[in-house]
Amino acid sequence: MSSENILEVSHLKQYFPVKNGFRTVPLKAVDDISFTIKPGETLGLVGESGCGKTTVGRTLLRLYQPTSGCIVFDGDVLYDSEKKIDVKMQPYRKQMQMVFQDPYSSLNPRMTVEDIIGEPLDVHKLYTSKGERHDKIMELMETVGLNAEHATRYAHEFSGGQRQRIGIARALAVDPKFIVCDEPVSALDVSIQAQVVNMFEDLQKQRGLSYLFIAHDLLVVQHISDRIAVMYLGHMMEIADADELMDNPIHPYTQSLLSAVPIPDPKTARKSQRIILEGDVPSPLKMPSGCPFRTRCRYATEQCACEMPPFTDRGNGHMVACWNK
Amino acid sequence: MKDNFKKAPFSAQIDLSKFSMQDFEKATDEEKRQQDVMGESTTFFKDGMRRLRRNPLAMLAIGILIALIIVIIFAPLVIPYGYADIMKGSANLHPFEYSASELKQIAKGESVFPHIFGTDSLGRDYFIRVIYGARVSLVVGIFASILVLMIGMLYGSISGYLGGRVDLVMMRIVDIIYSLPDMLLIILLAVVLNETLGSIIKGTIFAKLGTNMIALFIVFGLLYWVGMARLIRGQILTIKQNEYVLAAKCIGTSTSRTILKHILPNCLSVIIITTALQIPSAIFTESYLSFVGLGVSAPMPSLGSLANEARSGMMTYPERLLFPAFAICLIVLALNLLGDGLRDAFDPKLSR
Repeated sequence: MSSENILEVSHLKQYFPVKNGFRTVPLKAVDDISFTIKPGETLGLVGESGCGKTTVGRTLLRLYQPTSGCIVFDGDVLYDSEKKIDVKMQPYRKQMQMVFQDPYSSLNPRMTVEDIIGEPLDVHKLYTSKGERHDKIMELMETVGLNAEHATRYAHEFSGGQRQRIGIARALAVDPKFIVCDEPVSALDVSIQAQVVNMFEDLQKQRGLSYLFIAHDLLVVQHISDRIAVMYLGHMMEIADADELMDNPIHPYTQSLLSAVPIPDPKTARKSQRIILEGDVPSPLKMPSGCPFRTRCRYATEQCACEMPPFTDRGNGHMVACWNK
Repeated sequence: MKDNFKKAPFSAQIDLSKFSMQDFEKATDEEKRQQDVMGESTTFFKDGMRRLRRNPLAMLAIGILIALIIVIIFAPLVIPYGYADIMKGSANLHPFEYSASELKQIAKGESVFPHIFGTDSLGRDYFIRVIYGARVSLVVGIFASILVLMIGMLYGSISGYLGGRVDLVMMRIVDIIYSLPDMLLIILLAVVLNETLGSIIKGTIFAKLGTNMIALFIVFGLLYWVGMARLIRGQILTIKQNEYVLAAKCIGTSTSRTILKHILPNCLSVIIITTALQIPSAIFTESYLSFVGLGVSAPMPSLGSLANEARSGMMTYPERLLFPAFAICLIVLALNLLGDGLRDAFDPKLSR
């Protein structure tokens, strides 16, 4: 493992115990996922609802205890199930942060904006005097485009976009290197989405941040990401450079996802063909054997039912998990 | 620009060609500033108090309680009789009656403070006894509720926050305590404590209250917190689901800080409401126990023991039963109305 990546995840598994009648069965939310993120890079993570995108982000930050796998951050092993490494996360909380999906429930309604943004500073004791704390908070608020006079207000007095800015300021307070953006724009209006996405890009340029950008809006992900990863039922299906994936999707699931992206031009839209998947997503408690996508795949063969396809490089770092050549 | 612009016939767009620059005026700085002004910032507490002030029943209850507290504090300073002072020849007086000796004093020109509620069979001023009884009832109610709140909050928040196996064990303990008969325990404790503690506490403030009261507090501390613990655990389980708790974990906030800063403030409304509603129930328990003879020890009166003493002469002196009974009703009703008002004000989801 080289240390040129800020984050390396290999064979990460996250199972949750679920009571099914009298038995407790594992719900395989994330199953054997590997990827890397370079400094200053944005990896977009897409997939339909319930495929484990959010779980990946939260397990990375060790908000959940991983079932097995290996997480290496900036050369330091944070978790390794084989070597039994399980470090205390407190010092790393300063370097890895998260922006949450729902700007309404991710801010404590009983705290003022100043206290919300100031909490990471309090926890990590990043100031020497009250004045320094105040100055730092004002600077953060200015960075994310909030007025200084908003500091004494409560979160419920703001609009969705402003609330998301507060959440971003909170994540930036500890000056992290890496931020997990868990669908940060999906709860916002389209016009506000553009502002927030642009702000993410500006912050990346200014501070050299790396992002794991989780979303289900493919166009937003294409806009912000350097590379895109596609997930289905807890498995990684395809990873490629953003433009490569959009122009030349290999996995049948990625192809159907891309065909579902609305095209803002009726003439082109009429010509394009929608690949419509049949059936529903299988329950993660009753995973199909072999490839998880085979029950809905047009090209499924007997081999797909027997064995999980390996995650192989098809050239230029375009990784795909599919038997289909 | 204006000339080559042609308006579609059915367009609802304003035709700018009909206006000239003179029809518009620039916004002044004052007007621009008004766009930026937000409404006055309201805290959760201010908002709740505003709603509470609009509720006439709750305000009436607060008025009654304040009046009661003032009377309870100041009446013993004004009235020259003590709750244990026995006046010879003044037994069994009706309200505002004077005994023969007191009438003589009045005839001499001395002023005698009237017996507002009359006197009891031993010649003690009944008004001051009811006042002291209400004092005991209120103090017991408030302190018992605070005791219940403290234990219940600590236990419930630990159980709810940690969850999993800890929660399972802690809640089974609560279930076991729930199934214990409270009255039986109070009676048993009172008997046991009377023998063991009786001699130790002699001469201290506790002696005035009596071992029965200590038993009552112990039972409140041992048994009555379970309801509060369950309620707070339930609240915490729902609040824990909010993303801001996860965000706190992501920042690296410690468990105790998360509970104190993020979770408890958000179930504060439920805590306030339940405590306010717990006080009348504690008062009722105390009155009931005093009525059956397990409350404060004589001569210290309590509303329940006053009612019990009044039973014997109920036909001739019905007012002796009515006054303490009415006092209990007034206190409990006012506290219940206040509790309801607080619930409406601080937990609007429950009321509508």
